[in-house]
Amino acid sequence: MRACAGPRLGAAMMEGLDDGPDFLSEEDRGLKAINVDLQSDAALQVDISDALSERDKVKFTVHTKSSLPNFKQNEFSVVRQHEEFIWLHDSFVENEDYAGYIIPPAPPRPDFDASREKLQKLGEGEGSMTKEEFTKMKQELEAEYLAIFKKTVAMHEVFLCRVAAHPILRRDLNFHVFLEYNQDLSVRGKNKKEKLEDFFKNMVKSADGVIVSGVKDVDDFFEHERTFLLEYHNRVKDASAKSDRMTRSHKSAADDYNRIGSSLYALGTQDSTDICKFFLKVSELFDKTRKIEARVSADEDLKLSDLLKYYLRESQAAKDLLYRRSRSLVDYENANKALDKARAKNKDVLQAETSQQLCCQKFEKISESAKQELIDFKTRRVAAFRKNLVELAELELKHAKGNLQLLQNCLAVLNGDT
Amino acid sequence: MAAEREPPPLGDGKPTDFEDLEDGEDLFTSTVSTLESSPSSPEPASLPAEDISANSNGPKPTEVVLDDDREDLFAEATEEVSLDSPEREPILSSEPSPAVTPVTPTTLIAPRIESKSMSAPVIFDRSREEIEEEANGDIFDIEIGVSDPEKVGDGMNAYMAYRVTTKTSLSMFSKSEFSVKRRFSDFLGLHSKLASKYLHVGYIVPPAPEKSIVGMTKVKVGKEDSSSTEFVEKRRAALERYLQRTVKHPTLLQDPDLRQFLESSELPRAVNTQALSGAGILRMANKAADAVNKMTIKMNESDAWFEEKQQQFENLDQQLRKLHVSVEALVCHRKELSANTAAFAKSAAMLGNSEDHTALSRALSQLAEVEEKIDQLHQEHAFADFYMFSELLSDYIRLIAAVKGVFDHRMKCWQKWEDAQITLLKKREAEAKMMVANKPDKIQQAKNEIREWEAKVQQGERDFEQISKTIRKEVGRFEKERVKDFKTVIIKYLESLVQTQQQLIKYWEAFLPEAKAIA
Repeated sequence: MRACAGPRLGAAMMEGLDDGPDFLSEEDRGLKAINVDLQSDAALQVDISDALSERDKVKFTVHTKSSLPNFKQNEFSVVRQHEEFIWLHDSFVENEDYAGYIIPPAPPRPDFDASREKLQKLGEGEGSMTKEEFTKMKQELEAEYLAIFKKTVAMHEVFLCRVAAHPILRRDLNFHVFLEYNQDLSVRGKNKKEKLEDFFKNMVKSADGVIVSGVKDVDDFFEHERTFLLEYHNRVKDASAKSDRMTRSHKSAADDYNRIGSSLYALGTQDSTDICKFFLKVSELFDKTRKIEARVSADEDLKLSDLLKYYLRESQAAKDLLYRRSRSLVDYENANKALDKARAKNKDVLQAETSQQLCCQKFEKISESAKQELIDFKTRRVAAFRKNLVELAELELKHAKGNLQLLQNCLAVLNGDT
Repeated sequence: MAAEREPPPLGDGKPTDFEDLEDGEDLFTSTVSTLESSPSSPEPASLPAEDISANSNGPKPTEVVLDDDREDLFAEATEEVSLDSPEREPILSSEPSPAVTPVTPTTLIAPRIESKSMSAPVIFDRSREEIEEEANGDIFDIEIGVSDPEKVGDGMNAYMAYRVTTKTSLSMFSKSEFSVKRRFSDFLGLHSKLASKYLHVGYIVPPAPEKSIVGMTKVKVGKEDSSSTEFVEKRRAALERYLQRTVKHPTLLQDPDLRQFLESSELPRAVNTQALSGAGILRMANKAADAVNKMTIKMNESDAWFEEKQQQFENLDQQLRKLHVSVEALVCHRKELSANTAAFAKSAAMLGNSEDHTALSRALSQLAEVEEKIDQLHQEHAFADFYMFSELLSDYIRLIAAVKGVFDHRMKCWQKWEDAQITLLKKREAEAKMMVANKPDKIQQAKNEIREWEAKVQQGERDFEQISKTIRKEVGRFEKERVKDFKTVIIKYLESLVQTQQQLIKYWEAFLPEAKAIA
């Protein structure tokens, strides 16, 4: 996401972004860090250069730079919506050839409902608060909206980058169409019937998953991975939820600072004794502290909550891979049994043999790539956690030091006055 | 007259002192202290009000006035005596005649009036300084602590006893360090006594902490959970602040009831403080009547200062309430944050356990530890938020209510004066009618009544001017105290925040190398 071609919000919301550039740069680092080793080699570079938020949809401008012969040009852009990303993801999942790979998790749907509601409520309550309060809260909500917007852009970008970095997936035809075809892909969201079908498919899958997971694996590596992933996935889910709650509490506290600052300001301007200067200074302190506290909350959200959320989805994708492998193992074993039966009855032996061969190949292919994928997954995960935890600690330090400075300065002034 | 009288044997051994003293109240209080731990003395405070008013508004010091004053004083003294304990008797009986006691103030009045000019406030102030000198120059060298809450008894009759420790070098106290056990209703009883003595003459008496039926019931029932310990701690801190504010007030510090509260080991149970007692119900009825009256009194405010101040306090009240609401929200959210941080810490520890990359696993465990420590910090922060900031605000909201009450008393005083003037007018009209109708005996009666009401009018005017003066002084004192209080507490609060941030920095600095060590 280039800073110069920043996201464009709907007309009404562009003012008061005093934290703009700073925010952006951290944002940039933060989300890309989730997948550290995405080689942006010259062969294929994908990013989202622009985004536009309209009533209830977001339009992403997907920009590609490539030296590959498959494309007509070296550099081109198209406009895509969320549903088209989902279509691409689903096409990977349904493709048998990709059974042995961890399919990069689909980006979550852009959700501005909460933020929009808050902005609306603010608009309705405009009469009941002072002008300063209203402006402050509007700024805050706009910053919130902007943050959510940036996040969703980044999530979609990460998905594309993962695909582009994957040696096999980057060659996918659908992917190329997605990148290049400058007309609407006419991918509509799933209608009710299809959603119902999906629901049943998932149910069958989970039931099957249970059966399949009962099959003990000969391979130690996969056995270990399976137990590990199961536990890890659950714990990441828990940690992600708790981190979310913690971040939200932080934000509420920061919001309170805002109101306290306003009240202190009112006290300071009304008071006739020599304490009014005092109140005004403390009010200023609260205002500045609030900005820092809001940043702490935002950074925690980015470096911790988002990291955990992402790995929640990735670990699910890895689990899915294991499931597919187990499924193919079961198929292989069934094919073996069928072959034995066929040989015993001496009927359709050739058919059974081919079928068994196919299953064997499939299983071995999946196992091989799965092993590599899982090793890569671990490497990626460790690197991402490292980067984010380091950055989290550095940011927390920066903010704490900033806070400390503010407090000490304020105290020096207040003590000097009295 | 003055020369002939011996100074009444007031046991102090400092006969010259009472000449310096203008306030009869001090006279009586020193008497009480020699009588060693006597229970509550009569209400001397109303006397000095009359006393001083006699002095300070006395450009018309006719004998008639003085006599009336003396009678008034005498009348008051007698009333008090009959209501009160036999302790009073020794004082009076040891005198050659009962007239001695009230005369002594008259002794003071005579010379004072000769020497004085219209600078009434100067005299008043001088007397204050003299009183402070009497207290050996260390004016407010008194420290009060409330500690060691202890549950006494069981079930619904149980109560918490608090230790009240006083450290002082003031000479009015018999020891320099002492402590007593008091329960919550004792504090309320003290406040109610002080309020009944001082509020209606314009002194801002600090309000006592509020009752809480729910809180106390939990404690009584014996729930040993954190909310009841919190409640007890909140109350203990509030009681301490209440006493500290009360002793800072120079007039209240002289009060014998306060001294008794601080010093004597046994205190009569203050049953009138119970909400549903006879006195409690009377209080509620009075409050209702007051509220109605306030709406009907239309006062001609001749002094713009009072109107201004009242408006100021109204505004201040509103602003403080608003701020208080926000600070309470902050306390609540910070407690939430603390709980959520603790939950996250546990979750991160679990995640670290299941992570199979060793270095990352260790780092995650470290993260969990850091978050746990931060949770502790948040809790402390919440305490600071609450005990320093939030409670300061709620104290001042109640104090301002007391200030408003004092302004209301002034209005009532004015009303009384107005009524007296109206009645006087009526009596004069009645007299005129009698003159015309020529009924000599009725005329005499009318003349008597006129005299009576003239005196009441003058008294009313004096009272009104007195209370106005007292309020001005009190408000000045209150504003100074308020500024000091806010500054001190807020600075303390900010300093505690500095501590929090410094700790935070330490924790993250310790964690950073661990995160970097993930290979």
